[in-house]
Amino acid sequence: MKSLIPIAIVAASSTLFGIWYKRSRGEFRAKKSSHGPTLNAQIIGVELGSKATMVQFSSAFCSPCRATKVLLEHMVTTMPEIHYAHIDAESHLELVRELDIRSTPTTLFLNSAGVEVGRAMGTPKREQVLKALEAIV
Amino acid sequence: MTQVLSNKTTTPVLIDARGPRFSAVLTTLVLATALISGQSWILLAQGIVFAIGAFRGPQFTPYAFIFRTLVKPRIKDAAKTEDVRPPQFAQSVGLIFAVVGVAGTLVGIPAIFTIATSFALAAAFLNAAFNFCLGCEIYLLLLRIRKA
Repeated sequence: MKSLIPIAIVAASSTLFGIWYKRSRGEFRAKKSSHGPTLNAQIIGVELGSKATMVQFSSAFCSPCRATKVLLEHMVTTMPEIHYAHIDAESHLELVRELDIRSTPTTLFLNSAGVEVGRAMGTPKREQVLKALEAIV
Repeated sequence: MTQVLSNKTTTPVLIDARGPRFSAVLTTLVLATALISGQSWILLAQGIVFAIGAFRGPQFTPYAFIFRTLVKPRIKDAAKTEDVRPPQFAQSVGLIFAVVGVAGTLVGIPAIFTIATSFALAAAFLNAAFNFCLGCEIYLLLLRIRKA
């Protein structure tokens, strides 16, 4: 039997990280400054919604990306003023850097002018999406 | 790794999502044993499992075999499927840590073994306990660094 210190460190740090991870996935984070980046139809490949647009970035090695896409695609079918765009992060690396997308899925919430008002990392719950959309004027 | 990376645009192969999660539980137990005992042959054995998962696919590892024959017949819920590529990516990352860890022992630097095993264990534990998706968190960062 060798030292138990390494396993204690791993167990404690990964449990703390895991709790933070679980809580923070899907959570909508509003942009602190009002001058977020502005996107347009040409960049995201979809016309901007009259009220808001959700832009999801996905990658190949990402299981929750599929679930997020299914949820958001389904939600916008009943909300004509909200549009949804899906972007493969890997083939848009420049945009990913510009917008500082670090993990997938990341969903940006744009207002009617295409300005990012906030984003959610991980798969959001239905209620979290509705709340985020409500916050957009 | 390159094989996994080149395989990302083909039609996704779907597997039972509970398989990789179960495998992560076993991986956690094995890596914890390796870390506590300091025995690199345990890490080597886990490295072989990672290699099978990385090159052939996570549905072909001995852990997946145990899941299919002993666990799956006993759960009644309908299977949620998952694309095979995210767990395969995670297995490739695990393999890298296992190779580094075993190499650390071979060159006589036990600290390398301890650190590499710790990282692999943390990832496996996070996957098992919190459904942590390693590919989601690090793949894009790796791409951003590589093509900076």
